Amino acid sequence: MAFSFELLLEAILFGVLLGCFYAAVSIGLSVSFGLLDVPHVAHPAIMVLGSYCTYLLNRYGLDPIVAGIALMPLFFILGVAIYRFYYETFEKRGSEAGVRGLAFFFGLAFIIEVGLILVFGVDQRMVEAAYIGRSLALGEFRIPWRMVVAFGVALVLTAALTIYLSRTFTGRAIKAVAQDEPALRLMGANPVRIKQWAFGIATGVTALAGAMLIVVGPVEPSLDRVYIGRTFAVVVLAGLGSMTGTLAAGLILGISESIVLMQFGASWAPAVAFGLLLVVLGIRPQGLFGR
Amino acid sequence: MRRDWPFWAGAAATVALAAAVGLSGANEYFFYASFVVLQFVVLATAWNILGGYAGYVNFGTAAFFGIGAYTAVVLFKAAGAPLAVQILAAAAISGLLGFGTGLLTLRLRGIFFSIATVAVIFIMETAMVNWRYVGGATGVQLLRPPVMEPFESYTRMLFVVMAILAVIAVSIARYIEVSWIGRGLRAIRDSEEAAECFGVPTLQLKLFACTVSGALMGAAGAAMPMYMSFIEPPSSFSLTYSVSALAMPMIGGTSHWLGPVIGAILLGSVQQIVTVTISNEINVLVVGVLLVVFVVAAPDGILGLLKRLKWLLRSSR
Repeated sequence: MAFSFELLLEAILFGVLLGCFYAAVSIGLSVSFGLLDVPHVAHPAIMVLGSYCTYLLNRYGLDPIVAGIALMPLFFILGVAIYRFYYETFEKRGSEAGVRGLAFFFGLAFIIEVGLILVFGVDQRMVEAAYIGRSLALGEFRIPWRMVVAFGVALVLTAALTIYLSRTFTGRAIKAVAQDEPALRLMGANPVRIKQWAFGIATGVTALAGAMLIVVGPVEPSLDRVYIGRTFAVVVLAGLGSMTGTLAAGLILGISESIVLMQFGASWAPAVAFGLLLVVLGIRPQGLFGR
Repeated sequence: MRRDWPFWAGAAATVALAAAVGLSGANEYFFYASFVVLQFVVLATAWNILGGYAGYVNFGTAAFFGIGAYTAVVLFKAAGAPLAVQILAAAAISGLLGFGTGLLTLRLRGIFFSIATVAVIFIMETAMVNWRYVGGATGVQLLRPPVMEPFESYTRMLFVVMAILAVIAVSIARYIEVSWIGRGLRAIRDSEEAAECFGVPTLQLKLFACTVSGALMGAAGAAMPMYMSFIEPPSSFSLTYSVSALAMPMIGGTSHWLGPVIGAILLGSVQQIVTVTISNEINVLVVGVLLVVFVVAAPDGILGLLKRLKWLLRSSR
């Protein structure tokens, strides 16, 4: 395809919107994997679960974003339960926790995926809202409103979590756990309770990410597979646990995916995230903003 | 030297039995189902060489399996190569992919290695989707060549071939396990730093394990296109292969070569029965649930349970 400046500009504009969305779907993982070191391969599956819960609520006329916010407390409890279980069965036993913990989360992802297939079937599902299906005319570009909404929610979510982690007492405690757990123990705090709380928040945020996922496009149960690449690429590129880094990494992924999409076509797009992930892991495993 | 003859006698008996069954008048469906179970014996055994002995969790089984399958298709389409050549070439290409993956990712530990192997699957799948010669996204139909003499049908022949491959895979895994290579890999699993300090060539051993494991997975994949008479990217690179190849050794027990075999035969058979009687989705659900249950409740798999049972019986006496 011939190169054109207009097209490139459009790709970058679309990529920025997409990138913020990618940052938002990865931010839960940035906490659970980046800060807490939990090998949470099931993160995208939980996000897709959130999308389907949003779909159910939307059928009763609830706005998808409102539905996502309403689901957050429920997912918070789910997250606390998952971490508690993970801690009791793997982290506490120590030595070989790595291999088994990974296998556990991989199995969990499959159970969620197949569970969704059994309940909803393999068909694509989508939600209805006033802003879906229309687009915003910006000069000569047309931007779908659904992307704009996801962009806005993503920005608010990322900002809120960044402020929470750096300004509040519990937020700082979470960062402290990530930095030096034994020291926290010596100070008389209970790291397990803090991690449990953090994992709950990460999972709660994932519910809203799931709502955005189904706003941006139709969802099917096996969608979590490609998001394993996108979310982990963003978190690793960001440098584990850096919130602003997550936003920057999301933008890098979004813009590169959007340019590949325009230049080479949709069939190459899924490989972008995974390729980026491999390159980062091979060259700079500590990420761009590594601690 | 250990006494080796019981193992080799067992291996020879297995091959002879498979050949005899293949020539007998057993139901055609039996071969159709047993082929898949044997294929999983190869995949699980191959996975265990890197995952069980060295403790590196490979999620990328599907990548090596799929590339093996596509190598076979390319050779078959381009030159009409016979099955044995397809399998050897597939093993070579997948071994090369294993070597490359290892070179790029084996500096990584734990989850980073695992996620990188998932990336290999998707990159390979995308490459095949965009390669017109092998049918692109829609896949390609393959016409099986006429079957070779003593066999009645092509499926029967594939069954015997896969049985031989399974015996070869298990022999290689067992050789690695009892030799100094296996000791080195176990040292890596327990503590990579300590192993390095004691002069274990950790990187070379990991590369070797990754290459052998990939080659065996590719060999298993090479028979798949002929078995299905069809190939397409989504089913060849399905993550279902990855989760099964990981679940089977975990269920059987990862520390002994017999573990993956037990796991593959048990889980593979259950999968076949469930697929036929209930549905394909439930089949994946069974794998996931059993994997989680075993990882949580019986970390050393069935072999670990048996060992504990033996110990209990002895101490109660």
